[in-house]
Amino acid sequence: MNNGNAPSLWRRLFEAPAIDEQALLPKLGTYGVLVLWTLVVLFPLYWVLVTSFKAELEVDNGPFFLPFIDFKPTLQAWRFMLLENNTLGPYLNSIVVSVVSTGLAVLIGSLAAYALVRIRFHVKLAAVACFLVLLAAVVVAVAAFGVAWPIASVVAIALFVLFLGTIGRRFKLALSNGDIEFWMISNRIMPPIVAVLPIYIMFQHLRLLDTQIALIATYTAVNLPIVVWLTRDFFAGIPIDLEESAEIDGASKFRVFFTIALPLVRSGLVATLMLVLILAWNEYLLALFLTNARAQTMPVLVSAQNTTRGPQWWYMSVLIVIMIAPVITIATFLQKHIARGLLIGAVKG
Amino acid sequence: MSAISLPQTESRASLSELVDQNAGRLMVLPATLVLLAFAIFPLLISGYLSLSRFALAPGGYKLTFIGLYNFKRLLVGAQQYHFLGTFKAMGPLQWSLFGVFVLLVLYWLGQFVVTRFSVVGFIGRLISASGAAGIVFLVLATIGTGGVPGTLVTTFIYVALGVAIQFVLGLALALLCAQPIRARNWFRVIFFIPLMVTPVGIAYMFRMMADMQKGPFAPISRIFGLGEWAWSTDPWSARFMVIVGDTWQWTPFVFIVLLAAIENQPRDQVEAARIDGAGGWQVFRDITWPSIAPIAATVVLIRLIEAFKIIDLPNVLTAGGPGLSTESMTLNSFIAWRTQDLGTSAAVGYLLLFASTLTCVSFFNYVVRRARRHQS
Repeated sequence: MNNGNAPSLWRRLFEAPAIDEQALLPKLGTYGVLVLWTLVVLFPLYWVLVTSFKAELEVDNGPFFLPFIDFKPTLQAWRFMLLENNTLGPYLNSIVVSVVSTGLAVLIGSLAAYALVRIRFHVKLAAVACFLVLLAAVVVAVAAFGVAWPIASVVAIALFVLFLGTIGRRFKLALSNGDIEFWMISNRIMPPIVAVLPIYIMFQHLRLLDTQIALIATYTAVNLPIVVWLTRDFFAGIPIDLEESAEIDGASKFRVFFTIALPLVRSGLVATLMLVLILAWNEYLLALFLTNARAQTMPVLVSAQNTTRGPQWWYMSVLIVIMIAPVITIATFLQKHIARGLLIGAVKG
Repeated sequence: MSAISLPQTESRASLSELVDQNAGRLMVLPATLVLLAFAIFPLLISGYLSLSRFALAPGGYKLTFIGLYNFKRLLVGAQQYHFLGTFKAMGPLQWSLFGVFVLLVLYWLGQFVVTRFSVVGFIGRLISASGAAGIVFLVLATIGTGGVPGTLVTTFIYVALGVAIQFVLGLALALLCAQPIRARNWFRVIFFIPLMVTPVGIAYMFRMMADMQKGPFAPISRIFGLGEWAWSTDPWSARFMVIVGDTWQWTPFVFIVLLAAIENQPRDQVEAARIDGAGGWQVFRDITWPSIAPIAATVVLIRLIEAFKIIDLPNVLTAGGPGLSTESMTLNSFIAWRTQDLGTSAAVGYLLLFASTLTCVSFFNYVVRRARRHQS
């Protein structure tokens, strides 16, 4: 008893510090690792930022770390990239393409996700199979036998309608909402390289190669699975009562979606928007295939800086800085939303 | 006039009724059309391209149907060195390693047959098992014997090593950051940043960082006498750089999702265990890990799906070199496309689709599903 209230001198001297030390060491270790990773994250970014204020000489003559102390910073690279070089064109392209495609993907994707959560679907498997067979037949007919594509597609549509009206009625097997969702989300597994060749040929025929429209349409499709995957769980998480009472009052399904359901999942929607925006902003492969000069986006411009004399780091750094600065700013403010959005997606998967 | 306007309003009313009755279909229609036009339709065309030879002809191009020739060329023909790699004869060590792996796989199959047999499940496991055995054989026959791995093996190296490193790092950082420490929100915001940076930018950034003559680490490398050494001339250091860039970008993704998951774990259980005197490792093993396992499995699945698509980093860092050593399958396909060899390009794309789908579906069935079942 007495010992507990007033520890002996021996305990105060030796045991107490020992306990403190036990708590202190792991804590120091924790901070050590976290600070180390902070450096791993920040140092490359710092180096890029610093390099963008260097001139050729300072880059070539070995590493200089601190502006004003190591070397004299110059705005020469910035001036060249922003005023003389055609940087603003690709920058504008990037903004237009990523913003518009993100908006479209979120709109189309959340509409589909909402319908799949709230309305029961019943799609005949036989009809889907018939559709795919006819689509393949059209491809073969046009590509291998040189049938004009309008004729082939009209014939295919006629056959499809005929099938639905006659034999199609006999099959009972149907796809449920879960199957449709799975199909939509599983499209993300497909590597874009498989689809990009035909998309390239398609846009070539439509004379839309190297336009913003081509990129917007493709990005919308590529990011649609993510939107469906995330928003589905947001919609499933909101109570249905509000929507039901609005429908009893005579509001149409579309109206309920836009005025009640969408505002309820606002924060999840922000996370989805942000995520898709980042993916579209950084996308490289599709832009590489589908653009040339006019509709070039920033990632393609950055990668094209590899000149015959080797990359000119000071110019490159300017491009990287202006590319990542806006996304980092926005994302830092919305970091919590994005984390929660990702978590919800991963929990329900 | 009113006689004319009356049917108009009627038809308008019935139109909006029609729209409302079919609201569900109309809502799903745009997404379906977009996916059909940009995924299913291209997939079919690509399938046809992979079975044909593409040649420029006066006034356009010519496609000739050549059956499975493109695939044959990649798997056993002239392009085998590129896609599968250059083999050397396997010695007893390689064969015994392969034997051990095959035995492990057979044991796994046997377990399934004994405990809960189903025909579909068995066929699925047989396909996964032969795929895994094939990859292990390729790795042993190329890397294991001093041969040159092709793009298939390189892609699997990126996927397996990259995702494993990212997962371990992300989990460790999340566990550290979940502790009640000062400035944790600050760390969280900073750790999130690399996810925003474009992969092309990351590639150039790491090329700058790894420059042994004028990069920031040049003074250190000079001390070790590495000033003349270039990482880009050695296959493994070049591959390592690609993985470093990929890890720098994607560790934050694992980190941020797992951190949120750890914070959602049952806190009262953790406290009770702590009062009972459980150590950090015990708490992690018995409480934290079971509660985050399903999410961890899903995070790995998402990373697997995306990791197979890697092209930006190897293309900008090394352009696939030295030799073929950093060339991923997507880059392989892209290079074939650039040389007007559309058939090979599409065939490589299709093989990538098979490899990635097989891996991801296997992972989903055997790991993600099991992790979720254990929780519920």
